[in-house]
Parts: sequence; C-alpha cells; structure tokens
Amino acid sequence: MINHRRRGLRALTAIVAATTLVGLAGCAANDDTPPAAEDIGPEGVDDGTTLTLWTRAPLEKQANLLVDAYNASHENQVELTVVPNDDYVAKVGAAAGSGGLPDLFAADIVYVPNWVEQGLFQDISAQIDGLDFKDQINQGHLSAGTSDGKEHILPFVLDLSMLFWNKELFAEAGLDPESAPANLTEFAEAAKKIQALGKDGVYGTATGLNCGGCLVFTWFPSVWADGDEVLSDDGTESLLASDTAKAVYDTWNDLWESGAVLPSSQDEAGPTWTAAFTEGNVGLMFYPATLLSSTPFDVGVAGIPGPDGGASTFVGGDGIGISKDSDKAAQAWSFLNWMMSEDAQVEVLAKNDDVVSRSDFANNEYAAKDPRLVTINEVAGQGDTPVAMNFQQAFNAPGSPWLTLVRNAVLQGTDTVDADNDEITAILQQ
Amino acid sequence: MSVTTSAAPDRNRRSRRREALRGWSYAAPTALFVLFVFVVPLGLVLQMSGSDWPLLGGNQGWNFPENFADAASHRLFWDSIWFTLKYTVITTVLLLGLGLGLALLVQESTRWKSVLRTAFLVPSALGLASASLLFYVLYSPYAGPFADLMQAWGFTFLGTPDGALWSTVFLIVWRFAGFYMLLMLVGLQGIPDDVYEAARIDGASRWQTFRDITLPLLRPTFALTTVLCVTGSLLAFEQFYILTKGGPDNSTMTIVQLIYNVAFQGQNDLGVAGALSVIVLLALIVINVVQLRVLRRGEES
Repeated sequence: MINHRRRGLRALTAIVAATTLVGLAGCAANDDTPPAAEDIGPEGVDDGTTLTLWTRAPLEKQANLLVDAYNASHENQVELTVVPNDDYVAKVGAAAGSGGLPDLFAADIVYVPNWVEQGLFQDISAQIDGLDFKDQINQGHLSAGTSDGKEHILPFVLDLSMLFWNKELFAEAGLDPESAPANLTEFAEAAKKIQALGKDGVYGTATGLNCGGCLVFTWFPSVWADGDEVLSDDGTESLLASDTAKAVYDTWNDLWESGAVLPSSQDEAGPTWTAAFTEGNVGLMFYPATLLSSTPFDVGVAGIPGPDGGASTFVGGDGIGISKDSDKAAQAWSFLNWMMSEDAQVEVLAKNDDVVSRSDFANNEYAAKDPRLVTINEVAGQGDTPVAMNFQQAFNAPGSPWLTLVRNAVLQGTDTVDADNDEITAILQQ
Repeated sequence: MSVTTSAAPDRNRRSRRREALRGWSYAAPTALFVLFVFVVPLGLVLQMSGSDWPLLGGNQGWNFPENFADAASHRLFWDSIWFTLKYTVITTVLLLGLGLGLALLVQESTRWKSVLRTAFLVPSALGLASASLLFYVLYSPYAGPFADLMQAWGFTFLGTPDGALWSTVFLIVWRFAGFYMLLMLVGLQGIPDDVYEAARIDGASRWQTFRDITLPLLRPTFALTTVLCVTGSLLAFEQFYILTKGGPDNSTMTIVQLIYNVAFQGQNDLGVAGALSVIVLLALIVINVVQLRVLRRGEES
C-alpha cells in the first residue's frame, strides 16, 4: 500500500515537475526583451552577415526579386522563407512565443497594429526619422506601424485593389474598352452586358464570397470612394451598416441574383479568387494590382468606384520590420534602408510592374511606359488602410462576422446588415 | 564466521539493487518518451487551459475557470459539437457497413480476390492531407474534371452546407473503407471454420449464418473498429481544413477546426483553445469508456 502511494506520489511529482518546467520555459520566453538599441547608423552594417526573412506566399514574387537584388549587391545575404498565407499568423505566433522569430519579417498591413502592440517589432523610429525622404513613404503603412509615436515598420510591398476589365470582352459586349465604369451602377451594368453575351464559361464578374480578406480588400474602397468610412478612428466600431455600405451590398445582391457573378464565387475562400479573370473568363472585377504583370491579355485599370462614383483603393500588402528576437539589427537595417532606395523601388519593383512605396518615384521611367502603372500609383494616394487591433478576428478569419454579414446580405438577401454589423463591432471592442 | 553472515545480506541487497537498476534501464527510454511526448504536452495543455495566454503575447497568468466559460459560450461551440457528432455518426455507419461489405466481398477465395483487396486498400496508403488536396482539385470549379459541367449547372461541390458535408464524407469513405475492410477481414478470418461447418450441417441458411454466427463473433472487431472510427471522426481536422475551412457559413465547423481557429485564426487565444481541447479530451475519455463497457458487456453476456 505504502509502495503504491509512494509510486503514485513519484508519478505526480514527475508530472508537476514537467508542467512547472514547461511553465517556466513559457515564462522565460515571455520575459524576452528586445535587444538594446545600438548605434545602427544611417545605412546599417554590411559585413557579410546572414539574415533571415519571412514573408507570406502572396508576395513571394516581389520578395524574391528584392532579396535577389539585395544579395547580388551586398555582402550581407538574406535567406528568404515563404510561408503559406493561411499558416503565417500561426507560424509567427509560435515563433514569437519561443523567441524564434527571424531577423526580418513582413506582416499583412492589417495585422501590423496588433503585432506592433504585442512588441514583435523593434523600434526603428530613429532610423526612419533619419531618412530625408520620410514624407514620401506611403503614410498608411507607416501609421499602421506607429504606436505611442514610435515607428516599427516600413512598407515591404504595396498591394492595391483596382478595377480591372478585360478589353476584349468589353468590345464584344459593345462597351467602350478604353473607359472604366464611373460608379457601381455602371459596373453592374457592364457585368450584366458581358453575361448577356452568353459565352460558354464566361461571367460578368467574380469575387470571393467566402473570403473575408478578399471582400475587405475589394469592397471597402467602394465605401471610401463615396467619402464614407468603414471603421471609427480608433478601430473599435464597425461602420459597415451605413447607407453607402448597404448600397454596395444591394448592388452585389442584384448581380448575384441576376446570375452575372461567377457561381463558384459563393464558395471562394481565397486561393483561386482571381483565377477566372486571369484565364480571361470574367469581364471585370476588383483585382490585386500586383497581378498586373501576370495577367496575360489586355486589361484596363482604374480605381474602385463607389455607388455614386469616385475612386479609391485598399492600400494593402505587407509592412516589414526587425523582429524583437533579432540581434542583428544593424545588418537588418541595411536591408530595410536599401529597400527604400531608388535601386530597389524603381530598378526592382517598378521595373517588374509593381507599385512603388515612395510617392516621389510614382512617375518613374518604367511607369511612364505603361499608363496603367501611373494610374495605380496615383490611386494609391487616394486609398486607405484600416487600422484595428482585432482586424483578423473581425474580418479575415474563416467564418468571421464580416463574412456572415456579406453572405447574409448578398447571397441570402436578408435584412440583417445592422445586426451583423453589431457583431463585428462586438469583436472589435474585445 | 561473522564476516560471512554480514556479507550475505549485503550481496543480496547489492544484487537486488542491480536488478532494480537493470529494470529501470530497460524502462527508462520508454518512460522518457512517454514523459516528453505525452505527459509534458498534456501538462502544457492543462496549464494553457487555465491561463490567459494569447498567441502573440505569451502566458499572462492564471485565468481559471474563465477560459472554460469562454469556451462553452463561444458562438460556434454547440454548432461545432452538433456537426461533429452528426459527421461521426454518418462516417461510422458508412465506414463500418462498407468495410464489412467489402470484407465479405473479398473473403471468399475467388480469382479476383487479391486484385480487389489491393484496389480497395490502395487509397489507405495515401496520407489524409494528400487525399484531401487531391479531392480539393477534383472538386475545384477551375481545375477539376467536372469544372465545365459544374459551371454550366451553377453547381459547386463545396459551395453549400450539404454539398460540403457529403463531399467530405465521400473523401473519407474513399480513403478509409479499405482500411476498415482489412480490419473486418482479420476478424472474419478469426472465426473458426468448424462453427460454419456445424451451422451448415444444422441446415442454417446464409442469412442465418451471417446473423447468428458472423455478426456475434465479429463483436471484438466491431469494438475495435467502432472505437477507432468514432475517435477519428470526433477528431476530424485535415479534411475540413483543406476542403472547407469550416465553411460555407461555418456549416462544417468541427470541434477541432474550431480549436484551431480559436488558437490561430482570428481569436489567437491559446487559453480558450486549451480549454476546448481539455473539454474534447474529457468527452473522448467518457465516450471511449462507455463504448468499451457496452461492447464488453455484450461480449460477456
């Protein structure tokens, strides 16, 4: 009996000890403090150090171009890790908990405020303030990374949502291939005309109706274009039950019921939401500007209109900063500093049909050859980036209340926008 | 003389200690494995379930029992439990029924026995995630073989709640039916031929033989397969993560998918996710104990 008790006690002690050890390990990881700010210098240090960088898959092309160009011109070498989009938050979270973040990592700009607040990025205010072109850097990205007046990130890649139209299908439908629909009503009319062509497998428009991120990216600008807001200034109240927002849902509900929306949009959770347009089977849609270079036919490009006209864009993409776990801040700043230079912005990004992050390079030599790039760069100035701590949970997560709102209003046609909007606010206020 | 009397117990004690040490050395590798692979993670989950532990912020301190209250009041908690149970019943009935049917089909020594057995078992060689990706492409309105048909009819496999459920069930049946056939086959082959011989002599029909001999004697196999199937279905994750992500409209949200979402997709709350995990663990223990008790009682009777 005594033996049994003793054995039981031993087992219990082992479990308690193991749990305590694990707990201590968790606490220890939690107590990690960012390395003390060192004298990084305006250009950082280029001494042949190997740096690690994480980015998410949608920006793989741009990240590869930037990393290759930096590695070719510097002694420092950056090792890039591309992580699937859906796994990125989990991977960063796990690494942050165990003190294993890479030296540099990019974050979807809508998550940046939360991640900055959690202390995942080092304060690089002194370095950013030292840039004499600071005012030219995209302000939406800079402000998303600013907390208590301290700056933590620079724009890595800008991804703007734009209205793209297939000029060939426009011409076939008797629409002017050279002019964009001026408002959402004209957008819907154009979609219906293309649908009326009755071409096999061709649809008027498409979207991602089971993809919160896609809908945020492409429908928020319609609200902004009319001069309305989607969130309160402090990011704790959803304003997505306004008359303008309801007009947007009504337009899409009408399009859905008329059959002019690609049917699989109903289930589109994100991975293939642009595929049908890229294959030439969709007349017009709101589409990521980063895909301009990989769209294999003649497309027109314009800002996203609101119900009453105007134009706006979601200034998305990723911000990048030096992680709390990096002890190579000086070398990491060398990469960030170079990334904002003309060599990177114009000779890497603009040269490959991507948007630049500095407004003073908007009219660069490459953009001048393609007026669509000038349009994209100009609309970037009229766009916005929403800032909220619980953005992911309220909007981007699978089954988020934002998805419920859109699916109810557009697919079911129910009158539940106000109640669903309250659900979004409830999560934003948690 | 006195030397010998004191030396003997010493030797005995030494040899006992050596034996105990040898015993420990045999058990130590497994004990360490169990400690680090089972006990430590379990301890970590228990600690998490009682702590305020955001994914990005680390452990913020004790938060018991609030995590459990938050878990139980999550808007998708009961929906996900209901869906998981529904999915478990459907897959268990289909897999065990089909597994037994296939096993009976390939049990008799026919010319095609080996070919059929192999054909039914091949899908089991594929990882579940790979199989799910394969079906994701098959069901895809862009790349799948039925894409044109689907677009013409305005139909999507994964676009409606029922479509998503049955598309996933079809994948699971395809992937696991052969595996359960194999288990059933082992059970069938464990039934002595003499019993069937005696039944034949007594003039029992095929149906009577199946009902009164095969099914009762397969009870231990059913016990094993039911526990495996129920546990596997209650813990369903990969197939839903890849095919539906719990959608559309959260209609295919299993409890494990909910745990994943709470931990890594949106809420980023490891504490509440840990509490949900503990609830699932306790439910699984209860269900397995009840299942085994019921089946064993039947066996004894």
